[in-house]
Amino acid sequence: MAGASKAVTDSRANLPFVYRQYSAEQLTEVLHKMYLIRRFEEGAEECYTRGLIHGTMHLSIGQEASAMGICMPLTEDDQITSTHRGHGHCIAKGAEVKRMFAEFFGKTTGYCKGRGGSMHIADVGKGNLGANGIVGGGIPIAVGAALSSKMMKTGKVVVSFFGDGANNEGAFHEALNMAAIWKLPVIFVCENNGYGMSTSTARSTGVKNIAERAAAYSMPGVIVNGNIFSEVAEASHQAVARARAGEGPTLIESKTYRHRGHSKSDRNRYRTKEEIEDWMSNRDPITLFESELREFGFIDDKGIEAIRDAVAQEIADGIEFAKASPAPDVRDAGNYVYTEQA
Amino acid sequence: MDAMVRELSYAQAIQEAMAIAMDMDERVFLMGEDIGVYGGAFQVTGDLVERYGAERVIDTPISELGGAGVAVGAALTGMRPIFEFQFSDFATLAMEQIVNQAAKMRFMLGGEVSVPVVMRFPAGSGTGAAAQHSQSLEAWLGHVPGLKVIQPATPYDAKGMLLAAVADPDPVMIFEHKLLYKMKGPVPEGYYTVPIGKADIRREGRDLTIVATSIMVQKALDAAAALESEGIEVEVVDLRTIRPMDKQTVIDSVKKTSRLLCVYEAVKTLGIGAEVSAMIAESEAFDYLDAPIVRLGGAETPIPYNPELEKAVVPQVPDIIAAARDLVKGVR
Ligand SMILES: Cc1ncc(C[n+]2csc(CCOP(=O)(O)OP(=O)(O)O)c2C)c(N)n1
Ligand SMILES: [Mg+2]
Repeated sequence: MAGASKAVTDSRANLPFVYRQYSAEQLTEVLHKMYLIRRFEEGAEECYTRGLIHGTMHLSIGQEASAMGICMPLTEDDQITSTHRGHGHCIAKGAEVKRMFAEFFGKTTGYCKGRGGSMHIADVGKGNLGANGIVGGGIPIAVGAALSSKMMKTGKVVVSFFGDGANNEGAFHEALNMAAIWKLPVIFVCENNGYGMSTSTARSTGVKNIAERAAAYSMPGVIVNGNIFSEVAEASHQAVARARAGEGPTLIESKTYRHRGHSKSDRNRYRTKEEIEDWMSNRDPITLFESELREFGFIDDKGIEAIRDAVAQEIADGIEFAKASPAPDVRDAGNYVYTEQA
Repeated sequence: MDAMVRELSYAQAIQEAMAIAMDMDERVFLMGEDIGVYGGAFQVTGDLVERYGAERVIDTPISELGGAGVAVGAALTGMRPIFEFQFSDFATLAMEQIVNQAAKMRFMLGGEVSVPVVMRFPAGSGTGAAAQHSQSLEAWLGHVPGLKVIQPATPYDAKGMLLAAVADPDPVMIFEHKLLYKMKGPVPEGYYTVPIGKADIRREGRDLTIVATSIMVQKALDAAAALESEGIEVEVVDLRTIRPMDKQTVIDSVKKTSRLLCVYEAVKTLGIGAEVSAMIAESEAFDYLDAPIVRLGGAETPIPYNPELEKAVVPQVPDIIAAARDLVKGVR
């Protein structure tokens, strides 16, 4: 990894992890991507409201630092499995927003050629094996990908993102156990946003912290503030190092919050306005990261302005690309059910 | 005295049935994901938690296999659970408890026990929810002896069949098409049941029998109305229950019309259409057939996200009209 020079690192010795680890350029790129995730989802939401996108979608607004922090130490070859709330993971792993918009618009230029939509967004080329409509569905798949990595000696690390709700599915427990007994290079990332749909973790889960589940499978269980980019990235670095060294899996619990409702049909009856307001105004991950970058001298107002403008343009261009792209031909509805063979 | 009849939506009719069942029998309770304050993903349970409390309207963790199994265990030991799957697709996670346990328990134990569990499955495509939230898996469960599988197509039947399901001593699986939830229709107040295992002739006709299930019943009725102007008289049989199937009603109808078209949303092959066709081929109605039996079902593909593709892979009214017309005119 091209990091900061030695002299620069010394002057940053007392700063949090990422400011010691990464160059100013890399860090401002993180801010850029966090904005890209936020504005992508705001753009998708607006298109949905205007009737340009059908179905439903699950927005990760408020969880951007978690997606970015976890993906920070990953290479393009490393792989992830994602969730129904997967737009942030997809962008963090390197996807282009125009092809994501195209997918949401059901177009052939979309990542899934219009077959998958938001809930199945993927970017296989960049190592994103796909969002998932089934809670917990991606967790064993990530373990399988890690098994491939081990058997094929590719050196790939696999990250499985899932929500707090998923920790009560059998698939979670079965998968963690196999990853542990076979010491697979996989990292389980529970993005705990406090609720599985309307059900709080206090009402759904027998332990206070999901990370405590790790003990049952003898792997490290790490809790981080998921809204602080540096904390998430640091935990991810350690877990990736452990995985690459063949020492096995880690469970990271990234505590965060979703600002929006569960999906487009949520009336937010299970949480208070004050709670939502508090997270939005006092713990927004982008605001927190931005002020650190400013405070530590990595960026100034002009730099931030430039990022915001660039992102706005990317989003506008992405939506235009999606609108202008061709829809699939209904006669091709049967494509991709099986592998085409010569 | 006749009960007051009002217009209710299909979802309201189910909710009313669950409330009546809970009022009548304190053993009845509801379990499912987000059925409490959220009111259910499709607002079917609505505000029942406010009326009956969180002890009888239980939000489960996201644990379909365990949740379904808990419902089975409670039913086995004296309670009357109604278990809601958030989407019918998630039955796949609970197949073990449904197929190996609930369905066979009475049989395996030589009739010593019964499992009066009711499971509700919001099913079907048309909401843009893509391949893992749009399936029609009723025939999967219909294949399992020990289960009863129903597909009410109207608000009236939704209420009456749910109450029949709760009263039934055996496991009853209810597939509710998501696009029906907002459909309105007349529903009497108070308690009544609609029998499980009995089809309903929703429209009489002499030229062709359409056997349809769930949302396809309304589509078949729409097609029948359109065909009337062409002088084609369609009889529409709403199957209502797929296991145990009401063979006689279908046989009698085919004997009358001499033509059979089966219309259902699930993937066409190895499903309800195959069962109905084979049943007719094996019956005395076979000799009455004037044309080959035709099946109109879903395409051999998962449900796509793109809205045009999504519509194209399941039968629509024009498809039914065309198939019926061809059948009657002898094109096939
Ligand atoms: C097996 C399964 N059960 C239920 C659902 C419906 N569902 C979709 S997301 C969700 C909540 C998931 O909560 P969590 O894992 O905490 O993720 P979050 O939505 O908070 O990101 C539920 C119940 C599903 N998609 N799959
Ligand atoms: Mg959650």
